[in-house]
Amino acid sequence: MAKKLGLKQRYALLTRGLDWQTTYQPMDKVFPEATFEGIKIRDWDKWQDPFRLTMDAYWKFQSEKERKLYAVLDSFAQNNGQLGLSEARYLNAVKLFLTGVSPLEYQAHRGFAHAGRQLPGVGPRIAAQMQSLDELRHAQTQIHTISHYNKFFDGLHEFPHMHDRVWYLSVPKSFFDDARTAGPFEFMIAIGFAFEYVLTNLLFVPFMSGAAYNGDMATVTFGFSAQSDESRHMTLGIEVIKFLLEQHPDNLPIVQRWVDKWFWRGYKVLSLVAMMMDYMLPKRIMSWKEAWEIYFVQAGGALFEDLARYGLRPPKYHEQATAEADHLSHQNWSIFYNYTQAAAFHTWLPDAQEMGWLSEKYPDTFDKYYRPRYEQWRKMEADGKRFYNNALPQLCNCCQIPMGYTEPGDPNTISFRESTYKGERYHFCSDGCKDIFDHEPEKYAQAWLPVHQIFQGHCGGADLGDVLKWYNMNVGADNMDQSVSPDQKLWEEWQNERARVAAE
Amino acid sequence: MSIDLKTLKLTPRRQTFSHIARRFGEDRPASRYEEGMLDVQATAHFHYRPFWEPEMELYDPRRTAIAMADWYALRDPRQFYYATYNISRAGMREAAQHNIDFVEKRRLLDKIEPEWRQKVEDYLLPLRHVAWGANMNATQICDRGYGTAVTAPSMFAAGDQLGIAQLIGQIGMDMAGGTGEALDAAKEKWLDAPYWQGMRRLVEDTLVVRDWFELFVAQNIAIDGLLYPLVYTAFDEEGQKHGATAVSMVTEFMVEWFADQSRWADAVIRRAAEESDANTHLLGEWYRFWRDRTAEALAPLAAHVLGDAGKPALADLVSELDGRAGRLGLAA
Repeated sequence: MAKKLGLKQRYALLTRGLDWQTTYQPMDKVFPEATFEGIKIRDWDKWQDPFRLTMDAYWKFQSEKERKLYAVLDSFAQNNGQLGLSEARYLNAVKLFLTGVSPLEYQAHRGFAHAGRQLPGVGPRIAAQMQSLDELRHAQTQIHTISHYNKFFDGLHEFPHMHDRVWYLSVPKSFFDDARTAGPFEFMIAIGFAFEYVLTNLLFVPFMSGAAYNGDMATVTFGFSAQSDESRHMTLGIEVIKFLLEQHPDNLPIVQRWVDKWFWRGYKVLSLVAMMMDYMLPKRIMSWKEAWEIYFVQAGGALFEDLARYGLRPPKYHEQATAEADHLSHQNWSIFYNYTQAAAFHTWLPDAQEMGWLSEKYPDTFDKYYRPRYEQWRKMEADGKRFYNNALPQLCNCCQIPMGYTEPGDPNTISFRESTYKGERYHFCSDGCKDIFDHEPEKYAQAWLPVHQIFQGHCGGADLGDVLKWYNMNVGADNMDQSVSPDQKLWEEWQNERARVAAE
Repeated sequence: MSIDLKTLKLTPRRQTFSHIARRFGEDRPASRYEEGMLDVQATAHFHYRPFWEPEMELYDPRRTAIAMADWYALRDPRQFYYATYNISRAGMREAAQHNIDFVEKRRLLDKIEPEWRQKVEDYLLPLRHVAWGANMNATQICDRGYGTAVTAPSMFAAGDQLGIAQLIGQIGMDMAGGTGEALDAAKEKWLDAPYWQGMRRLVEDTLVVRDWFELFVAQNIAIDGLLYPLVYTAFDEEGQKHGATAVSMVTEFMVEWFADQSRWADAVIRRAAEESDANTHLLGEWYRFWRDRTAEALAPLAAHVLGDAGKPALADLVSELDGRAGRLGLAA
């Protein structure tokens, strides 16, 4: 009887042995992207396979997870699980998730397919291919999870159309377009390391815990189901950076620059999560500042201490991101409150109890800078003069967020930077964004900036109504304040009906 | 949460996402396949040109010479999305493992006549490298392709081809008593044996094809279309005469998979050919080119395994494949 091999040996035989050095076609034609980024690999065999899954095991584990997930989703839909939500307001976080995040999962799927074909080592290629499959899973299971909400709530019905057009969705889209258009090694650092390893907890923990706290059992179930995939992805992310740093000392400066860049770009995208945590969850889990402290300052700090032995330092401007944690969510929510007429989710002003929570979580800044602003806006609402910003904002040419952020250490001055490239001026919200542009101006000069596009007449017309039509937005339903929305009206009808039924 | 739902009737405000309702021409419920696939890939306003191909957009229909008014016309008749794909393959693989265990328990591999067993090691085990090449091509089609309708099943096909490569590896380890020796020997044959060099050249030549639809035809119609019937039917039938039932049992996965994969590949080609005369013409040209290349590449292998019977066997398969291509609208 054949003796059984250990998992590691078996995996090596079934995987590593598949590849060969081509001779009928030159290797550099088979792998044309192996060298142009300047990364030097001495020995692909030194790659440590982070999860030694063969396809038979993959199919088995993943199919079991899918059966369970879809059983829960079916039951959620049949039993109208949406009635268990904390409030209708909560759904706005789901809207942001479907329109902002799910298309990124799809982009990750295609990006890992690219890396899974282009990286010359068989080990990382297979790991990337499995992640590509997983990311397709995440895009599809998110769409299926949220499909039920779409049947009852607004703002979800045009997610692919809006992703390609709506101004604030250009922020996450440009992030992934940036990673996808880079070479395969930069993609692995951008998504595999910076996003999946360093920043992903800041995205998934708030979303999934927020879902649990607010009765969204469909999203919680999806989140749990995705968790085991995510832990594999994180392992791949850490392996790729260690591998690149171990292979050749010349890789360090290239990798360091990517770490700096992708930390800052990722941080800017996650500012959407900051306002979700502090403003959009009716039942809050923790503040953005607390989450940043745990998941970036502490966990990220330990990680970068560990990576210091390769000569890698923590990402440039990380201290600034930490200092800004006191302001980020308030400034972002203010932007969306200003432009609620052009957003595909609803906004509102925090009530007295919520402002109390914000004061407690942000003792140094909330009462001083942000409470007065909200009180003023509340007064304007009461006077029938709800504040809308009818001018189009200047966008940062890198992160594409309206330039509403303030100077580090000076919350009363808007942060504003500029660079000149080929005779044109470009504007930035921060030194981090300006640095990224200045390093590759030829790339960032191409950005599809929503405001510029509107001014150039590429977005359906010159006035807001034309643009919203071009977004396929159901005006008065998808946008504007929560309090006057059809979502809220329907929710209240359901609650009244429940009360009536309960009383019978 | 406890709600008496019997008395609370909730009427959906819409049945599906608007982009899907527009495709249907009405708001009606969509399947999970439809919701998970239709229009999922971004189509407009890409921010930056790819560093690796600056003449194209990130997703660009011009990566193939085939033109479609709607790339989502290329539906998968299996209606695979991630869950249905994995559940299907897990079931097939479990059955395959059952066969492998059965063969191992009864030492059925030892029942094969020694000469034929040598041939099995010659033809079957190096096929894992062909499958690995096919995996790279399927991944490439997902990477360069346009529209989730065709790119998602291509990533599934990549998983399949890796699974097949690993299944052959597992068979190879069993043949060598649980070690990798037979696989090492098979790799040497792949690299050096004269009867494998046609196939290796062919596989390497596909690895540099840039038009993803041409690659689709080359891999999914020409190479798989001749290779699978040759190996898993023709070679297998000959093997039956030499006590090789065990080989049929441990390779049943490939037979089932090929039938399943062909349904999808045929549907894609048929629909693309229907689209226009220009597509039909191009697909036909690619088909004939890669069919001839594959037939030529497989000839030494067929001769090595079947002797003089190799040539007519291959000719029969070419004519069958021409029939299949004809039914898809391509001229042989």
